[in-house]
Amino acid sequence: MSQKPPAADVVKEPSMLKQKEMIEANYERLSGAKAQGRKVASTFVPGNLNELIMCFDLANNLPEINAIQNGMRKKSGMLIMEAEKRGHSEDVCTYVKADLGMMAKGNLGPNGKPLPEPDVLLLSYTGCFTFMKWFELVREQYKCETLMLHVPYEGEGHATKSMRDYVVKQLKEVVIPGLEKVSGVKFDIDRLRQYLRESAKAEDDFVWVLESAKRRPSPIDAYFGGVYYIGPIFTAFRGTPDATEYYRLLRQEIAARIAQGQGPITPEGDFGQEKYRLVVEGPPNWTSFRDFWKMFHDEGAVVVASTYTKVGGLYDLGFRHDPDHPLESLADYCLGCYTNRNLPSRIDLIEKYVRDYEADGLLINSIKSCNSFSAGQLLVLREIERRTGKPAAFIETDLVDPRYFSAANVKNRLESYLQMIEQKRRGASPRAAA
Amino acid sequence: MSDTAAIVAQCEAMFEDLSFTGVRAWKAAVPGRKVVGFMPFYVPRELIHAAGALPFGILGGGDQLEVIHGDAYYQSYICRIPRSTIELAVTGKLDMVDAMLFPSICDVIRNLSGMWKIMFPKVKARYLDVPQNFRADIGGTFYRGELGELRAMLAELTGKPATDDDLRASIRAYNANRRLVREVYAFRAAEPWKAPSSEVYLVMRAGMVLPVETHSKLLADYLAAAKASDRPKRDNSRIIVSGAFCEQPPLNLIKSIELAGCYIVDDDFMLVNRWEQSDVAEQGDPLAALADSYLRDSADTAAKYEPDQARKGRYLVELVKKRGAEGVIFAAPSFCDPALLERPMLQRVLASHDIPYIAFKYAENSGQMQPIREQAGTFADSIKLWS
Ligand code: SF4
Ligand code: SF4
Repeated sequence: MSQKPPAADVVKEPSMLKQKEMIEANYERLSGAKAQGRKVASTFVPGNLNELIMCFDLANNLPEINAIQNGMRKKSGMLIMEAEKRGHSEDVCTYVKADLGMMAKGNLGPNGKPLPEPDVLLLSYTGCFTFMKWFELVREQYKCETLMLHVPYEGEGHATKSMRDYVVKQLKEVVIPGLEKVSGVKFDIDRLRQYLRESAKAEDDFVWVLESAKRRPSPIDAYFGGVYYIGPIFTAFRGTPDATEYYRLLRQEIAARIAQGQGPITPEGDFGQEKYRLVVEGPPNWTSFRDFWKMFHDEGAVVVASTYTKVGGLYDLGFRHDPDHPLESLADYCLGCYTNRNLPSRIDLIEKYVRDYEADGLLINSIKSCNSFSAGQLLVLREIERRTGKPAAFIETDLVDPRYFSAANVKNRLESYLQMIEQKRRGASPRAAA
Repeated sequence: MSDTAAIVAQCEAMFEDLSFTGVRAWKAAVPGRKVVGFMPFYVPRELIHAAGALPFGILGGGDQLEVIHGDAYYQSYICRIPRSTIELAVTGKLDMVDAMLFPSICDVIRNLSGMWKIMFPKVKARYLDVPQNFRADIGGTFYRGELGELRAMLAELTGKPATDDDLRASIRAYNANRRLVREVYAFRAAEPWKAPSSEVYLVMRAGMVLPVETHSKLLADYLAAAKASDRPKRDNSRIIVSGAFCEQPPLNLIKSIELAGCYIVDDDFMLVNRWEQSDVAEQGDPLAALADSYLRDSADTAAKYEPDQARKGRYLVELVKKRGAEGVIFAAPSFCDPALLERPMLQRVLASHDIPYIAFKYAENSGQMQPIREQAGTFADSIKLWS
């Protein structure tokens, strides 16, 4: 067991406080939008066009984030049941049902105030079919303007010129005119360039943060901690000076941890000794997020790289938003999000992570809701084991449906997996596990 | 002219043959022939045909195939068709397939395209994207480009680049086939007692494994035989089956619905054979013609975006009217995202038009038909009672 100070001793770092303020301010902006005459866009995390949305002074509502917030506050179970009562199948994505359930129950945001009705649904269709149905379902209720941005899938493992041209053309001829119409604000490409310049700065620091996990000990947990680090850049803040500032602070804090040879921070204090380095594929479970994380840090298992932190943008292979090619870079961003990449590319990426981050193996958290991630993961597991010789393991949970999180099961699986790693180490080098 | 029983028996034999002997025989008949497999729901078969290859629709393993290997690739909460398709492939039943196309229908089939690349590297596997933007100058341009890439891939596969003339000839062959398919559907809706759905299904299914010309002949023969047949008309309810566009229900499920007192007067099984609602243009640029048909004239289904909220689900209401249907049975594969996410929207549209419906889920290997028969029977009775 690792040594940790009691939870009461945990100090919130400046970056955490900064992010908290940003999120609260965004919810306030949303709940006050109608009173202030501000128009509201709803959109998805993967392939989100935050910089563009800001060009039209729109408040940005992200239903996936609302579902996560409700999950972490233990409200999602009831909302999902509400949606199922209204005829939605038990088989489909629980983000969708948590959102529809929330709408049915007064659409209250995490600040307890009602979220505004959207003026426009910006349906960026990147990496998942469910998004399309989700916004058709929301549109059915609000009857508002809906702008589809179809982002083709990288079926052959790369984006082609035709794909990029298609996305850019939709941006020019559908999305931008649509947003102009809804907002009454004329599009200014220089304003977009400015936001993209800001995005690229934050992206540099964000990648530095992610790559800091290559060190031993890793100063971050790239999955459980990572989901906080992606917050600003994946949501309503990419392109804002606030986000740039957040990543600057975060980078400073992590540099300080590195200087002191410290591992990640956990909700219960410092991490203690790093015993296992894992790569994780798949989104986390949100309803028991803390317990889930605790199972890892109790065992000294740190996640050094994760694919979930690439779902709203993949930056560590070099992509940056580019103010000199604004629309093209938005297209490339959308095309390159993790789940829009074909399975062989996803496997290549995971393999690279296992090697570059000197991980002991791969753990897959397979999410019942999400076929986009989950279909094919058992092949991912086999391939990674075959290619790297490192053990891989599989756990099954759900995003925000508490009925599909079995703590005992997950803990058992994790413990046997870590034992497997130990055995492997002993096989490879008898002293390694001593 | 043969009678329907003989034709249907021939189709049933093809349906049950999971070694796909006919496809193998077609390939073996001329050295160098290629087979291009495709998953539901839609691929432009004209391109495959024009390249001299056989388009071969793979619709899973049905209820006869025991799935052992396939289950090792999928979690319990994923539908059955990808696992039975993998089963078919790893047990060598698809070893005559030279290329595989995976249409843009859902994340499961999309990801299967990448799995195929890894598991069967000798087979050329391609995901076929279709536009969700329906403007000719945007989605149309993109799709024409996709078709161009597919044409090039097929040319490389067969060594026979399809000329525009070849493509136009293939469009003509498929137009003829689709006209016959539409005629069979129209005839079934008009006189369903003469063309039971369990037969029509098998006749349509034969189109997944036969060359288009052979299938057209079979359709014409079946139509003539069915028209000439003399079968008793029953006092059945007229219903449409919706949601079964990918993983197919077992044949027994179709029979059970009929035995429960329903005439199926339309359905969405194997949409590929009537994807284009009218003829694709037989002149001009053939790829542009196919793209144009996709944008303007293709079937409505859950995997396609409906840009206009006012039109959402209208197709089903219009189909109910056109076919004189009295209700809709939503039959969707378990865990099928597109069908199950779409369903509540369609149900609300039906409810707003006072069209009754029921819903259930199935798997391609569902064995217990009693509950479905009871549910469909009660539905048929209630329609009769209230009509
Ligand atoms: S299926 Fe997965 S990617 Fe799609 S909306 Fe649900 S959680 Fe998100
Ligand atoms: S049955 Fe549904 S979920 Fe399964 S592969 Fe087909 S369309 Fe996708």
